Amino acid sequence: MEILKLEHLAWDLPDGAGIIKDIDLSLESGKLVVVTGPNGGGKTTLAKLIAGIETPSSGHLFFEGREITGLDITERAKLGIAYAFQQPVRFKGLTVRDMLELASGKKLDDAHLCDLLGKVGLCANEYVDRELNASLSGGEIKRIEIASVLARRAKLSIFDEPEAGIDLWSFARLVETFQEVRRQKAGTLLVISHQERILSIADYIVVIADGYVRGAGPREEILPTLLADERSPRCPLGKESARV
Amino acid sequence: MNKITESLLRVVSEFGGSFQGAYNVREDGECAGRQSSANIKIESKKEGPGLVIHVLPGTKGETVYIPACVTHGGIDDLVYNDFYIGEGADVLVVAGCGVHNEESTEARHNGIHRFFLEKGARVLYREKHIGTGKGMGARRIDPVTDITMAENSYLEMDTTQISGVDSSMRKTTATLAAGARLVVRERLMTTGTEWARSDFDVTLEGEDAGVDLISRSVARGNSRQEFNSCIRGKNRCTGHSECDAILAESGSVIASPSLEAAHIDAALIHEAAIGKIAGEQILKLRTLGLTQEEAEERIIQGFLS
Ligand SMILES: Nc1ncnc2c1ncn2[C@@H]1O[C@H](COP(=O)(O)OP(=O)(O)OP(=O)(O)O)[C@@H](O)[C@H]1O
Ligand SMILES: [Mg+2]
Repeated sequence: MEILKLEHLAWDLPDGAGIIKDIDLSLESGKLVVVTGPNGGGKTTLAKLIAGIETPSSGHLFFEGREITGLDITERAKLGIAYAFQQPVRFKGLTVRDMLELASGKKLDDAHLCDLLGKVGLCANEYVDRELNASLSGGEIKRIEIASVLARRAKLSIFDEPEAGIDLWSFARLVETFQEVRRQKAGTLLVISHQERILSIADYIVVIADGYVRGAGPREEILPTLLADERSPRCPLGKESARV
Repeated sequence: MNKITESLLRVVSEFGGSFQGAYNVREDGECAGRQSSANIKIESKKEGPGLVIHVLPGTKGETVYIPACVTHGGIDDLVYNDFYIGEGADVLVVAGCGVHNEESTEARHNGIHRFFLEKGARVLYREKHIGTGKGMGARRIDPVTDITMAENSYLEMDTTQISGVDSSMRKTTATLAAGARLVVRERLMTTGTEWARSDFDVTLEGEDAGVDLISRSVARGNSRQEFNSCIRGKNRCTGHSECDAILAESGSVIASPSLEAAHIDAALIHEAAIGKIAGEQILKLRTLGLTQEEAEERIIQGFLS
C-alpha cells in the first residue's frame, strides 16, 4: 500500500530561487526508506514540506490516498506524520518527561519512559526530570528528539540525520530500533542520512541533489552506485544518471 | 476567616482546610488566626502593625505560614513582619498574598518582610501572589523583602505572581556575609493592562558570598513590566542574574540589569533575553499534534513552572 505520494512538488524561496524542484515520489507503507544526497540538496526542506512546516509553491501531497496539501502541521500530525528535527529545539521549562508525554499524548509511567529512552541509549532515571534547555549536550538533545518521535508511534516517521552527533553505542541501538519498527510493522520510516550503516538497512534509497530526485529504487540497485565512487568529490548520481 | 480568604489561601499558601504547625493568617488587616509552635514563636509587634517571628536555633524541618488576604475594595493594608531565624535552623516559610476585589475602590496589600538569618541558618521562602474578583477597583500587591544573611546562611526565595494583580511593585534587597548564599526564583505573568515592577538590590559583602537570581516573566495583552537588578560584589564572590521575558500580543518589558564589582575576584554575570515565543518551539509542539494556541499555552506554562 502507498502511504505517501508527492506530485510535482516544488518549493521556492521568496526571491524565486527553486530549492525543491518538481519532485515526484511514492512511498510504500511499512518500509524503511533512506533519503540521502549532498549537503544543501533539499532533504530537510522536503521533510518540512511533508510535515507541513513549509507550504509548497506548487504540487500536491497525498497521505494514505488523501490529499493533505492544504492541511496544516497540527492536522498532519494528527493524521500520523511525525518529524524529528535535524536541529532539535530547546525549551526552558519543559522536561524530558513533559516532551515525551506531549508526544505520546498521555501520561507515561517509569517503565514506559525507560523503554522509550532506552531505544536511543539513554537511561530514564538520569534524564526524565532534566529540562530540555542548554544544559543538555548536543548528542543528548538529539537523542531525546528522536525518542519524542518514536513516542508518537506515527504511521509515517521522518528522522532528519538521526546519526548527527550521537555516539557509536547509541547509534547502534538506534539502528536496532529502526529495524525493530520495521519488523513489527509499527510504521513507515523515512530516514534522512549520510551514514552507510543506515543506507545498508534501507529497503529503498532516494537520492536528492539540487532539489531534484537524482535516483530512487531498491537498496540493492542504488547503494552500489553510491559506493562505487565514494572517494569522488562529487555525488555520483548527476543529473544525467537520474533514474527516477 | 471568611470564605474568600479560605479560597485565596488554597491557591497562595498550600492551605488544605487547616495549617499544621506555626501560622498567622491576616485578613483585611486583622489577625484571623494564629498559632505558635514549640520552636517557632509568633508575636504581634508592639510599635505598629505586623509580627515578630522567632525561629529557635537548631529548629529543623518545620514550616511557618504567614499568608495575608484582602477580600474587598477600600482596604490599604500595610504590615511589617520580621523573621529572626536562629543559628543552624532549617525551615520553610510560606507567605503568599491574595487580593480579591468586587468593588470600585482599590484593594491593596503592602507586606514588608525582613529576614535576619543567623550563622548557618537555612530558609526556603515561598511566596505566591494572586488577584481575583471583577470589581473596577484595582488589586495591588507591593511586597518588600529585606534580607540580612550571616555567615554561611542560605536563603532560597521562590516568588510567583500568577494572575489578576493590576499593579505590583516588588522590592527585594539583601546583604550577604561570608559564605552566605541567596537563590531567588521569580515567576511573573501579567495580562490585560496590568503593570509590574521588580527591583533587586543584592550586596555581596563577605568572602565567598554568592547569589543566583533567576527571573522569568511573561507579558501578555497590553501589560507592562520593568525589571531592575543590581548585584554588588565587594569581596571575592559570585553573582549571577538571568532575566528571561516572553512577550505576547502587545506586552512590553524593560530590563535594566546592573553589576558593580569592587573586588578583583568578584565574578559577576548577567544574562537577559526578551522576545516572543521562539517560532521553532511552536513548530515542534505542533508536530506533536498541538494546535498553535495549545503550543503557546504549554510553552508559557512550562516557562513559568
Ligand atoms: N529559508 C531559507 N532561506 C534561504 N535558503 C534556504 C532556506 N531554507 C533552505 N534554504 C537553502 O535550501 C537548500 C536546501 O536546504 P536543506 O536544508 O533542505 O538541505 P539538506 O539537503 O537538508 O542539507 P544537509 O545535508 O546539509 O542537511 C540549501 O542551500 C539551503 O541553504
Ligand atoms: Mg538537512
